[in-house]
Amino acid sequence: MTAVSRIRNFSIIAHIDHGKSTLADRMIEKTHAVSARDMRDQVLDSMDLERERGITIKAQAVRLRYRSADGEDYLLNLIDTPGHVDFAYEVSRSLAACEGAILLVDASQGVEAQTLANALLAVEHGLEIIPVLNKLDLPASDPDRVAEEIAGVLGVDPSEVMRVSAKTGDGVDELLEAIITRLPAPGGDEAAPPRALVFDSYYDTYRGVVCSIRMFDGRISTGDRLRLMATGDTPTADEVGVITPAVVPVAQLGPGEVGYLITGIKEIDRIRVGDTVTRDDLRTETALPGYREPKPMVYSGLFPTDGDDFEHLREALEKLRLNDAALVFEPESSRALGFGFRCGFLGLLHMEIVRERLEREYDLDLVATAPSVAFRAVLTGGREIEIHSPQDLPDGGERSEVLEPYVRAMVITPSEYVGTVMELLQSHRGEMGSMQYLSPVRVELVYRVPLAEIVFGFFDQLKSRTRGYASLDYEPDGYRASNLVRLDVLLNGVPVDSFSAVIHADRAYGFGRRLVEVLRELIPRQMFDVPIQAAVGSRIIARETVRARRKDVLAKCYGGDVTRKRKLLEKQKEGKRRMKMVGRVEVPQEAFIAVLKVDED
Amino acid sequence: MRTDPLRPDDPVLADRAAGWRGAYVHIPFCRRVCPYCDFAVVAGRDDLRDRYVEAVVAEIAMAEPFGPLQAVAFGGGTPSRLGASGLGRILEALANRFGLVGGSEVSLEANPEDWTPALAGGLVAAGFTRLSLGAQSFDPVVLGDLGRLHRPADIGRAVGEARRAGFERINLDLILGSPAESDASWDRTLAAALDCGVDHLSTYALTVERGTALSRAIRAGAPGPDPDVQADRYERALAAAAGAGLVRYETSNHAVPGAACAYNLLTWGGGEYEAFGTAAHGHRDGVRYWNVRRIDRYLERVEAGRRPESGREVIVGADRERERLVLGLRRAAGVIAGSGGRALLASPDGRRLVEAGVLAARGDRLVVARPLLGDEAARAVLALPLPDC
Ligand SMILES: Nc1nc2c(ncn2[C@@H]2O[C@H](COP(=O)(O)OP(=O)(O)OP(=O)(O)O)[C@@H](O)[C@H]2O)c(=O)[nH]1
Ligand code: SF4
Ligand SMILES: [Mg+2]
Repeated sequence: MTAVSRIRNFSIIAHIDHGKSTLADRMIEKTHAVSARDMRDQVLDSMDLERERGITIKAQAVRLRYRSADGEDYLLNLIDTPGHVDFAYEVSRSLAACEGAILLVDASQGVEAQTLANALLAVEHGLEIIPVLNKLDLPASDPDRVAEEIAGVLGVDPSEVMRVSAKTGDGVDELLEAIITRLPAPGGDEAAPPRALVFDSYYDTYRGVVCSIRMFDGRISTGDRLRLMATGDTPTADEVGVITPAVVPVAQLGPGEVGYLITGIKEIDRIRVGDTVTRDDLRTETALPGYREPKPMVYSGLFPTDGDDFEHLREALEKLRLNDAALVFEPESSRALGFGFRCGFLGLLHMEIVRERLEREYDLDLVATAPSVAFRAVLTGGREIEIHSPQDLPDGGERSEVLEPYVRAMVITPSEYVGTVMELLQSHRGEMGSMQYLSPVRVELVYRVPLAEIVFGFFDQLKSRTRGYASLDYEPDGYRASNLVRLDVLLNGVPVDSFSAVIHADRAYGFGRRLVEVLRELIPRQMFDVPIQAAVGSRIIARETVRARRKDVLAKCYGGDVTRKRKLLEKQKEGKRRMKMVGRVEVPQEAFIAVLKVDED
Repeated sequence: MRTDPLRPDDPVLADRAAGWRGAYVHIPFCRRVCPYCDFAVVAGRDDLRDRYVEAVVAEIAMAEPFGPLQAVAFGGGTPSRLGASGLGRILEALANRFGLVGGSEVSLEANPEDWTPALAGGLVAAGFTRLSLGAQSFDPVVLGDLGRLHRPADIGRAVGEARRAGFERINLDLILGSPAESDASWDRTLAAALDCGVDHLSTYALTVERGTALSRAIRAGAPGPDPDVQADRYERALAAAAGAGLVRYETSNHAVPGAACAYNLLTWGGGEYEAFGTAAHGHRDGVRYWNVRRIDRYLERVEAGRRPESGREVIVGADRERERLVLGLRRAAGVIAGSGGRALLASPDGRRLVEAGVLAARGDRLVVARPLLGDEAARAVLALPLPDC
């Protein structure tokens, strides 16, 4: 076991794509944690989806052995974190296991929304922060300006901002030294009753639940009888070890160390991330501060295209949840789509990833319905209910009030676009909170905005209006009463529950008109006219018609070539297989998320 | 005593054709390739004509005994480019090998610009009874746009000469809904075609086939056919043909009583036919087979004494039942429902088709009542889960 004074625990935090995982690569290389043969780009991004999309989804801890300039050996516990706003809770969890943070800023971009949000988180956790500029090799990098910006944000001197290129490795040696000299060693009392924080967990088919833990006080050894303070469970430590990134069992973990713990518990729900682990016979009385459970921001229905796959979908969701505590789901039935699940996600990226994993890893063919935020309705009797699906919104007479979730949205934009961004936020029912110049050319705007306005389409509009330069971060900021109505869609005269949306009354008309237009384009012509109507209550506010297909027949079978014609028909038939029958109408899967394509301008 | 001929759409006629046997001969030669055409054709290789005739004759000699034949069809390409002697020689070989039933139909496709009184006389003498003329349109602008080489006046002249030479049955092929055509020009084409006094009319919607010059032009921005416009034109054709006493008996074919094309009826009825020549498709003993498409390969193989077949598929059990329905439903007479038809009516797709008025049950038969949506019904048939019995 290494002396506490020789341990440094830190997270790498940054805005998305600023180079966290690439910097982790260089540190792994320079400490020879992975052989040259096994090395690859963003080696810690091990999930297929992470590699395909080139982003980190799950935080990943790794222990490195580093011999510093003073000739001493140190243990570095590095945690690479995701940058995308949907996975911000992963950053919080990681920071709670560390004393320090490397705040990385792409020197060709500057301070962005998640840079600020993550810096703030690190400050809240009381961490020592090393600001580092990355991508110095890029000709477009502007290190002096960006150093001013980040120094301004943190209230430090620009000379304290380090400079690296994670790509070439320039400056990384100096950074490793700074980690030793500038970041504090963990505290912790070796003799005290053990206290370890469970900062992550995942499910392994063979080993059961594997917890990532950070030791604060005392030791945990293999064979110890443990106690999980929140649940009162008393499992045995079957194995403790470290990730280097190979999985290496060790006899014990002591103060300041980061590693893993396997207890033989197979049910993921029995171990709560954020819980404190202690020894049953040598208990601490004071639990470590835990985490708030990540709360879903958007809900969407997932339905198997083949009704027989319902149980298969349930099993797949349960398995995914083993490694994705943020995923919640409850059975839902739809007149149009049959039986499925209403699922809660952290955001649209999270939703997309879950759906893709279900389809790829579990071979399911799914229809996803339009995402919606969680509203609250106060019933006439005074009781308050949460609404995850537009269909559940009580009728006007049964409710006294509908509340919608708000967020505190932070936009960082080049100053030339301030006017444009303010207009955009206002058109999305935003109320200005503050405006601050980070530097003469970059501005931070903070608005209070309904979540529903931010989470669908806003980001794309923001990017397109600022030529990609503005960035966005948001966090929940309570609920507020709003004049909300449910907009229904009737297909062929019949309401289709999965097309409904809850929307601000002032928006209903424009939204409804665009929605039926989008649906008209998405729904192919059928054997009969298909009217599409948008309605609020019993009032029809918009109508379009998909005209009947008039001709769908091929010319002759040339000289008796029956085979070719059959093959052509079979190909067309395959194309139809991915359609869902809603009443008499064949509806393509994209139509169910048509709401996302409604851009009201 | 003479009985009245059956109407072309009479179910009795349709079902009878299932038991007929026929032969198809493909003649690939064309003067030049039309921009929309994706048949197996060669242009500028008329030097191969004699070899080709000999090869087809040799291929016929290799065929297993079969017949006698109710219908013989020469298609193409442009069969008329072989001349009466070449076509006559092939027909003779067929008659010798398989035999022709009395009153059998012997039909060929021809283009108006190749047609002469001498050719017409020679063909009748050789035993041909039916001419299918590639008229396509009576509008010179449309003909030009389709890349055709004849003028409208050639069509009437060719029909007259054929009739004088003794052809009993004459069909005009028309293409509807090409981009250069208008409602008015299509109406004029229909009137002119019916004015020729032909007893059979085929009206095919222009189809854009992959790999054709037309398809490339459209991809480069040229206007393509519009299915709604084609639907209108189709309906105009129906009305005009009916007004002249022609009965629609298949999606795109109309005839006066007694003039339904026997070879057509045979293919849609699931009858058997032997096939000769490049890319020709045959159907025999539950097997569909087809010949090599390229003429050089075809000649090489046959001249080396080998059969030119290049592929085959065995159609049995449920596939056979599906095929019976798909082919039979193209006919106005429809098809005997049978096990597959009953399964179709009971299926969700089938119920939808009935509700939409596309499919209808008439006694023990199924018919497609909206022929323009016939492929909807065909796809539903192909998707039917039928037991393989
Ligand atoms: N030129 C240059 N490119 C870099 C540098 N560091 C990272 N990149 C590139 O920037 C992109 C993003 O790098 P990542 O390391 O995946 O970024 P990340 O911060 O981990 O991204 P998320 O995990 O999705 O938040 C990749 O294409 C890297 O190759 C650098 O120093 N110079
Ligand atoms: S004449 Fe007929 S077969 Fe020959 S190229 Fe033209 S369309 Fe094709
Ligand atoms: Mg990353």
